[in-house]
Amino acid sequence: MEILFIIQQTLSATLGVNAIIFALAAIGLNMHFGYTGLLNFGQAGFLAIGAYSVAVPVISFGFSLWLALLIGIFNSILFALLLGIPTLRLRADYLAIVTIAAAEIVRQIARSATFNDSLGGSDGITGKFGKEFFDLNPFKEGLTTPILRFNGNDLWVVITGWILVAIITFIMWIMVNSPWGRVMRAIREDEDAVRSLGKNVYLYKMQSLIIGGVIGSIAGFVYALSRQSVQPDNYGTALTFFAYTVLILGGAARVFAPIVGAMIFWFLIVFIEQVLRAGVTSNVIPDWLIGVNQVGQIRFMLMGLGLMLLMIFRPQGIFGDKKELALDAKA
Amino acid sequence: MNCVSKKIGARLILFAITMLSVTAGISLIATPANAAETPTKLYGVVSSSTEQPLEGIGISIEGPEGFSANVTTDSLGAWEVLIPTKGTYSATINEGDLPEGQALTDPTKATAKANVFMLGVELRLLFPIGPGVAKATLLERSAQLTVDGLILGLIIALAALGLNLIFGTTGLTNFAHGEILTFAGLLTYYFSAIAKLPVIVAAPIAVVLSAFISGFLQDRYLWKPLRQRGTGLIAMLVVSIGFAIFLRYFFLFLFGGDTRQLPQYAGQAGLELGLVNITPKSILTTVIGIGFIVVATLWLLRTRMGKASRAVADNPALASASGIDVQKVIRAVWILGAALAGYAGVIVTVNQGVSFLMGQDMLLLIFAAVTLGGLGTANGALVGSLIIGLFVQLSTLFIPTELKYVGALIVLILILIVRPQGILGRKERIG
Repeated sequence: MEILFIIQQTLSATLGVNAIIFALAAIGLNMHFGYTGLLNFGQAGFLAIGAYSVAVPVISFGFSLWLALLIGIFNSILFALLLGIPTLRLRADYLAIVTIAAAEIVRQIARSATFNDSLGGSDGITGKFGKEFFDLNPFKEGLTTPILRFNGNDLWVVITGWILVAIITFIMWIMVNSPWGRVMRAIREDEDAVRSLGKNVYLYKMQSLIIGGVIGSIAGFVYALSRQSVQPDNYGTALTFFAYTVLILGGAARVFAPIVGAMIFWFLIVFIEQVLRAGVTSNVIPDWLIGVNQVGQIRFMLMGLGLMLLMIFRPQGIFGDKKELALDAKA
Repeated sequence: MNCVSKKIGARLILFAITMLSVTAGISLIATPANAAETPTKLYGVVSSSTEQPLEGIGISIEGPEGFSANVTTDSLGAWEVLIPTKGTYSATINEGDLPEGQALTDPTKATAKANVFMLGVELRLLFPIGPGVAKATLLERSAQLTVDGLILGLIIALAALGLNLIFGTTGLTNFAHGEILTFAGLLTYYFSAIAKLPVIVAAPIAVVLSAFISGFLQDRYLWKPLRQRGTGLIAMLVVSIGFAIFLRYFFLFLFGGDTRQLPQYAGQAGLELGLVNITPKSILTTVIGIGFIVVATLWLLRTRMGKASRAVADNPALASASGIDVQKVIRAVWILGAALAGYAGVIVTVNQGVSFLMGQDMLLLIFAAVTLGGLGTANGALVGSLIIGLFVQLSTLFIPTELKYVGALIVLILILIVRPQGILGRKERIG
């Protein structure tokens, strides 16, 4: 039974809500980093903007959810412009530091007591702001099989979420294989060469930042809706880094990489965590070595170690092409 | 004594709040479902704006089915209440018990709610406390904040100098640099609180071990092999991120999620010096810190190795061709950088206590300082650090304390628009 439970938990996570969120966040990063070479370390900021844009208008102003989604898209475009205008002229490592700073600004403002009334301070916002979305759910009883289990709401998020991922991936595929996409990749390889062909590099980079950012904010929508709650500290720098892990795992500059990366990432995390937990509770792993409360910490340690080893031994990920991946062209 | 003058050194209130809330989140994630035999409790630590524990603060808890309890904090500022059933509990702090000059940073949060949805969990509740409503004059506050800002600037500078030297010589943007601070802080804690050595002995051991482990060994067994493999700079940057995450949670695994004070000098009283109030431990650690900076600067300017390191930063190939042993220079730079950053960790630990998130919380300020001064320039790092330190503290005259880092980060972005190479950076292609 234990083994079956582990399989059920692991497979549900592989196809679950978190995998969708990270797939979407990584698709956005793929646009930035994989195709344009922008080292955006502020993706968590875009997710936070998306999540808060869904929650705040509905809870605080009583807007319709669908209007809130439009507001979210608008806000993420605005954030991309604000972020892009000063930073897109910077070198890769400077860009990394500034974007990480911008995302932290968003998080710290969101969690500050100063804006407690509208943004909920460090507790964030919890409420039924996704009601209009979940009212449409035809699968209210959820899904329970020996190997997969979702409750009603999760099943609805998972089905719509993967459809959304498929649509966005298809659009990405069309975009990056268009002449526009070739300009993007050329910018990643050699900016000056593109400039000498008379292209406005700055404008192209801005377009990339906006498109990737909007996709990031859509990940934020899913994050907020699936939990019916927004917690500011979920949108810290670690979120960005794990989105990068997902992207690199799949292989940057590959359209399907974020999807495969997210599935493998969550498969490994939940599998390891469940196995460790089973080992600890059945006393196979002694308590002095790993306490029950420490399993989560081991999980994060392995995530960090995994990112290191991946980057050292297989920077192109599973599908990536080492030749195409211009990780080192700049800086 | 007025409120502002109670502050010691650089007050990292927001850091503390972030640490606590993150910790609460982790303990929730890691809570097992089957631990019904462990008691369910609400707990917390009440500490002042200067991270000193507050004793005798009353907290009353109310819950479902008429549950109510009253507790007061002990000498470590800690309180806990065992609770019998699931449900929503609310804990209210008695604001009248807070000492003069201390108040909740958000007066609307005197009551914290805890939703206990399963038994066997430990839930930490927070009452963020900061300096009370300003009773000091603007002049006194400005003077105190200037001193606080200079001390924070010094801490940042110690860390930034090493980061910058390493960047200059190897091109590595090291996201794991903050963990050097944490590591040295933890060593100081273990030697002083567990092995019972006096702080004055524990701190030098921590700095030396930091130089050896975080400097020499880290470079020898992690970064040097990567350089020899020809790993690219961005790839190494990502590796350092993974390394930082690994170390951070390793420290959490070993040390736990709370902020701990060194037992020695914990409640040291401040000295009134003119307009400002400062503790002797803060003065001593600061003076030694300035000494470290002077020695490091002299090393850079006067010694052969220091000159060689600047030559390597300028042009590694040319330096190598003119007979400089580049690997040796890099090793020296790592050892020096880790010693300096280790000492920065010691200062924070002695004055504000240590937690596993200490380094991460400093990292963005360090980056801001380095970027502001100009990436790769040593004196730029010093100037940038002082500006960031002063700005963070002095901005609280005008903006809420909890937003002070936001102000610093916005200034960073604004300066980069006007002068992307940093204040003292050389003009080169950075587009």
